[in-house]
Amino acid sequence: MNLTYRPLALGFIALFFFVVVMGRVQAGGNHFYAPIADPVVKEECGSCHLAFAPSMLPASSWQRMMGNLKNHFGDDASVDADTTARITRYLVANAADAGDRRYGGKLLKGVALGSAPQRITELPKWVSEHRKVPDWEWRHKEVRTKANCVACHTGAEQGYYDE
Amino acid sequence: MKRTIAATLATFAVAFAAPVSAGPREDLLTQYASIAQSSGFSAERGQTLHTRNFAGGKADTPACISCHGKDTRSPGSTPVGKPIAPLAVSVTPTRYTDPAKVEKWFRRNCIEVLGRECTPQEKGDWLVYVISQ
Ligand code: HEC
Ligand code: HEC
Ligand code: HEC
Repeated sequence: MNLTYRPLALGFIALFFFVVVMGRVQAGGNHFYAPIADPVVKEECGSCHLAFAPSMLPASSWQRMMGNLKNHFGDDASVDADTTARITRYLVANAADAGDRRYGGKLLKGVALGSAPQRITELPKWVSEHRKVPDWEWRHKEVRTKANCVACHTGAEQGYYDE
Repeated sequence: MKRTIAATLATFAVAFAAPVSAGPREDLLTQYASIAQSSGFSAERGQTLHTRNFAGGKADTPACISCHGKDTRSPGSTPVGKPIAPLAVSVTPTRYTDPAKVEKWFRRNCIEVLGRECTPQEKGDWLVYVISQ
């Protein structure tokens, strides 16, 4: 390639990526689930596992979960009453079905209204997105459990789930 | 050697209950000592508590080191795969400076490993151990 054209070509490549990336973000981020921004929620709900995005479950799920932190999937995740209230408020305000939120909506496909599911990994949509993941991969020692999203989705802490 | 000195110092501070350096860690030790009516804490016993297997708790986490790892200066990992910063104060200087956080995790983790809460004596021993690391 002639040297004078190279910067131009690079410019086009940069533009191409910009359009693709921005397009994805603006399209409502097919694969984007805003991470937890509140430092208290991040600390209390993000020390045992990834601080799961509130937009992955409906408000009713978070209310039910926050009402029984003493028995949280076999663990005691309880905190004092003020902190519980603060976390609940945040999760509910940012839930999949909160206000005009459009990011998380599609993970709720097929979820019966008011059923308050407790696991993201049991949502019908989550299960179908992962049906092609082979058995051995779930049992891999770096994965260990379906809830270890980060093992496969390296951008999960930032909210990205495009593999 | 360093460990012995730290343990001795802690024992000393506790024995005289003197607020020599009233940091949050020292306050915690003083508190544990007064509840336990302890004659002193031992890093040696703390290390044993940290590394030994118990049968009373959950099967997949029989010891503190199940999550925190054998080396207090290296990171650990929870059963869900979340990394845990090293316990040694020399590596993570912010450790054990928030009493509510310390108490919260003692409660959760002791029940997880031993199937019961840790006694003030056990907590003091363990703290003296990780502070000395
Ligand atoms: C003491 C440790 C601990 C704390 C603290 C904790 N969790 Fe969990 N959580 C767990 C465990 C263990 C599981 C089960 C993981 C598995 O199935 O492998 C879990 C599972 C979950 C799941 C379901 C994951 C799935 O399978 O879809 C959600 C959602 C969840 N936690 C939310 C929270 C929220 C919200 C908080 C903060 C209030 C929180 N957790 C705090 C230990 C904890
Ligand atoms: C064993 C690896 C693995 C684990 C663990 C895992 N995933 Fe996935 N995930 C995948 C694969 C593979 C796909 C399919 C990607 C594709 O088809 O583009 C996927 C797809 C997805 C998608 C759809 C993205 C898209 O491309 O439309 C979402 C959302 C998602 N995962 C969320 C999660 C969450 C949340 C967790 C943790 C609770 C999790 N995943 C755990 C491997 C994994
Ligand atoms: C199931 C995994 C697990 C086990 C087993 C475990 N811990 Fe922990 N521990 C954690 C997590 C997660 C944290 C919080 C994250 C952090 O502080 O980096 C923590 C934090 C702590 C803290 C608070 C540290 C601070 O900075 O204030 C103490 C104290 C503690 N653990 C003591 C113990 C003791 C004692 C045992 C054994 C009886 C034990 N842990 C076993 C997971 C575990």
